[in-house]
Amino acid sequence: MEEIKNKYSILGKRIPRVDAPLKVQGQAKYAADYEMAGMLWGKIKRAPYAHAIIKSIDTSKAEMLPGVKGIVTGKDFGGFKWGWQGYTRDETPLAVDRVKYMYEGVAAVAAIDKDIAEEACDLIDVEYEELPAVFDPFEAMKEGAPLLHPERKTNILVEYHWDFGNVDKAFDESYLVMEETFQTPKSAKGYLEPPSVLAWWEHDTLHYVGAKGSPYMIWRILGRAFDLPLSKVRVISPIIGCDFGGTKNDGHALDFSACLLAKKTGRPVKIVYSQWEELTTCLRRHSMAVRCKMGMTRDGYLTGLYTNCVADGGAYARMSVVSMYLANGFNTVPYKLENFRTDTWCVYTNNPIAAAMRGHGRYHTQYAMDGVMDMMAKKLGIDPLELRIKNSIPNPKPGETYYTVNQVRIGSCGVKECLEKSGELFGWDGYKKENKVDGPIARGAGVSASGFLSGARLTGHNSCSAVVRINEDGAVNVLTGATDVGMGSDTAMCMIAAEVLGLDMSDMEIKRVDTAYTYPDPGSYGSRVTIYAGEATMHAAEEAKQQILSAAAKEMDVAPDELDIKNRRIFMKSDETRFMPWLQAVRLACYQGNGNVIVGKGVSRRGVKPAVQAFEKGIGDTGTNYGFAAQINEVEVDLETGVARCTERSSMGDDCGFPLNPTIVETQGIGGSYHQGIACGLYEEFIMENGNTLNPNFVDYKRPRVYEAPFPKFHHAITQDPFGPYGVKECSEATTSTGAPAVISAIYDATGVMIKNMPATPEKIWRALKEKKAQENK
Amino acid sequence: MSNKLIDLKFKVNGKEVELKVNPKTLLLEVLREELKLTGTRQSCEVSACGACTVNIDGKAARACSILAVQLNGHEVVTIEGVADGKTLHPIQEKMVSHGAIECGWCTSGMVMSARALLLENLKPTRDDIKKALQGNLCADSGYVKYVEAIEMAAEVMQGNK
Repeated sequence: MEEIKNKYSILGKRIPRVDAPLKVQGQAKYAADYEMAGMLWGKIKRAPYAHAIIKSIDTSKAEMLPGVKGIVTGKDFGGFKWGWQGYTRDETPLAVDRVKYMYEGVAAVAAIDKDIAEEACDLIDVEYEELPAVFDPFEAMKEGAPLLHPERKTNILVEYHWDFGNVDKAFDESYLVMEETFQTPKSAKGYLEPPSVLAWWEHDTLHYVGAKGSPYMIWRILGRAFDLPLSKVRVISPIIGCDFGGTKNDGHALDFSACLLAKKTGRPVKIVYSQWEELTTCLRRHSMAVRCKMGMTRDGYLTGLYTNCVADGGAYARMSVVSMYLANGFNTVPYKLENFRTDTWCVYTNNPIAAAMRGHGRYHTQYAMDGVMDMMAKKLGIDPLELRIKNSIPNPKPGETYYTVNQVRIGSCGVKECLEKSGELFGWDGYKKENKVDGPIARGAGVSASGFLSGARLTGHNSCSAVVRINEDGAVNVLTGATDVGMGSDTAMCMIAAEVLGLDMSDMEIKRVDTAYTYPDPGSYGSRVTIYAGEATMHAAEEAKQQILSAAAKEMDVAPDELDIKNRRIFMKSDETRFMPWLQAVRLACYQGNGNVIVGKGVSRRGVKPAVQAFEKGIGDTGTNYGFAAQINEVEVDLETGVARCTERSSMGDDCGFPLNPTIVETQGIGGSYHQGIACGLYEEFIMENGNTLNPNFVDYKRPRVYEAPFPKFHHAITQDPFGPYGVKECSEATTSTGAPAVISAIYDATGVMIKNMPATPEKIWRALKEKKAQENK
Repeated sequence: MSNKLIDLKFKVNGKEVELKVNPKTLLLEVLREELKLTGTRQSCEVSACGACTVNIDGKAARACSILAVQLNGHEVVTIEGVADGKTLHPIQEKMVSHGAIECGWCTSGMVMSARALLLENLKPTRDDIKKALQGNLCADSGYVKYVEAIEMAAEVMQGNK
């Protein structure tokens, strides 16, 4: 993991994160750490049915309880509905007349302490009439199934049918065609910080401090919910303990309830979800059945692909419209593919709501495609790594562009290098010759490669603005509307500003979003932050720099373009002995200008136009650019017990264009693969029974731990993308997508068993091994 | 349950603390809500994630699953008590410089588990470190750099680097 050599003084260096010193001392303030004088504690009253009519709600007993200061129910929101887009507004803050999933919120209480709030919830009497419910998306699609949203006449939330090239002809002409169905589990987002909010009203303005990765989403939603001009909604971001899409991206019962209770009581209201509330009622990753049909030539070249996807969307739409696009939108990367067709549905059920999650959509189809690919490679007698390398999209030459059959535009593609280097770092060739069975333990290795968009522009409004402010003492404030939820973007923004200004990281300060002062930004999703906020910050720093150079030039009696800044010196490019110290130039610039401060503003120029045909027809370029990754993992399988675990032996190649900070890229890549990828390959799964989550805690819901973690050797494929600032692209959503397939493929290598309904729990592996043995003995 | 308050006297980050607490109050609640030491996180509430790890008499313990009154006469160190003034502990210093930390939510617990390990064993093997961190969940960093940072910190503390 050597230092990456480049032309920059800050960018590309292994610079410690700006937020790490505070975090490592416990000084970083998360939403639950905030409190105010007179603050009340809120709690949500929840319904014990997955589908029921609310006949009446009686809050009188609860109101009599000493210490209770306010109660609200669904009706108090005046019929307000919200959703991702106008046409998906199907959800109310609290259920009004019908609950559609287990433990949906129906009322909320504010009281002087947590215990009283909880007791008051128990005292609220709600009369329900239970309705027939549906929990399986295939059942929900059938005629006559209980309807979640009767006004829609069907439970189908969204469907897409795309067709590129001639898939049938491709299959007819293929040497080998295979079709298999793979099922992904319902899984938690996996963040450990439960959703939390503190809300209060001050000077007619709604104030909100909450754990949101996309604070401007809740800003807009709260503006509509409370009929306020956006100038009177102030959302302030604390430090966020991860997001990964979903509840901590947009909203949930606690957000609306805290605001309304605060309005009603005139006091600040804080609500912190318990982990039980998070794991039973909050947004989770879709479960998806993917039927995947693939054709290949005798030499293992891909000829055609068909996917048939059915996903469980849960009770409300949220971002499923996007999820289903993303499930298939880049099936035409990272391999050359001319013929592709898909039929895809997402269906309402009475399960908790499904939503976006790291590796959004892509992770499902990736699993199915890699599974089929491995089975075909075995049949054809081709090494699975070699098969992937030979099908890889080549890296376009500078100035050239590769278009997929569905018009995804690729300016750089390092997938081949990622695969080759992963193979080298892992020792793939030698591995085949090793003895891999030792008593009951069989070892095996698996590979996967993927591509994922960065700088999502699925709708409009994706641009981002930044401000770089230089104070009279030379210290710099960087401000953007972007939110670092853990991925390191605050550090990236400071690095970009320091690079442009020729300063040190110690000169930089970045503050969190405060919608009263920062510029709107769509949020931290779609791997968009570094692409858009990075470009905006670069422009803002350049504009501020020009103001400094102009002031210095006047004093030095030269033209501004004769000057540059390096190491806190404004120097003449033709004669570096002529310079002015940074502080002197700053003071000149500040005191000559207006307001004793230098402000540079920048806007990202990309992402303004959405790819309009994308959803309906699957055509178009919905990213600004595309990141690629490959990984190889080794697993050990105990053939007697079925227990599979990763060994430390692992390798990873990541093409994020240019790693602005290689350390951050590595941690992102490795972590994204393990926590949101491999976790679902081996461990994570909500066990459901009639809409009830049976394992809503981190004892029964198995999460990946340190002693099972792979320690990947890491390769940076530097492709310098033409469309990203400084050549950058996403990092970690592609590695998230490849995590699970690589371990499933490794189990296949070790045992010959393909697990088609991950996670590959010991029981599933044990049963599959037993079945295989029975087949072989026939 | 009786709400009679009970006297509690214990040491937190080197200072004697005396309070009256409800017998059902958890150590985590006393730290966060009474003493305003919010660096210890409330997270899984069932001793499964380790984000609330503190050191009690030098051993790693989960503040979410221990009653405050059990601490009478004991010494608690929280994340706020690890650094020496402005000087980071080697565990903290290496976690920062090695890039182990992402969102930071699990970090307090990681530091406290590592601190307890190195108090007992200054020359831990990688397996010892994994064992010490087995009760600490992380959601984003992949653990790799936490383990490596603790290995580096142990070297520093042995005087090797």
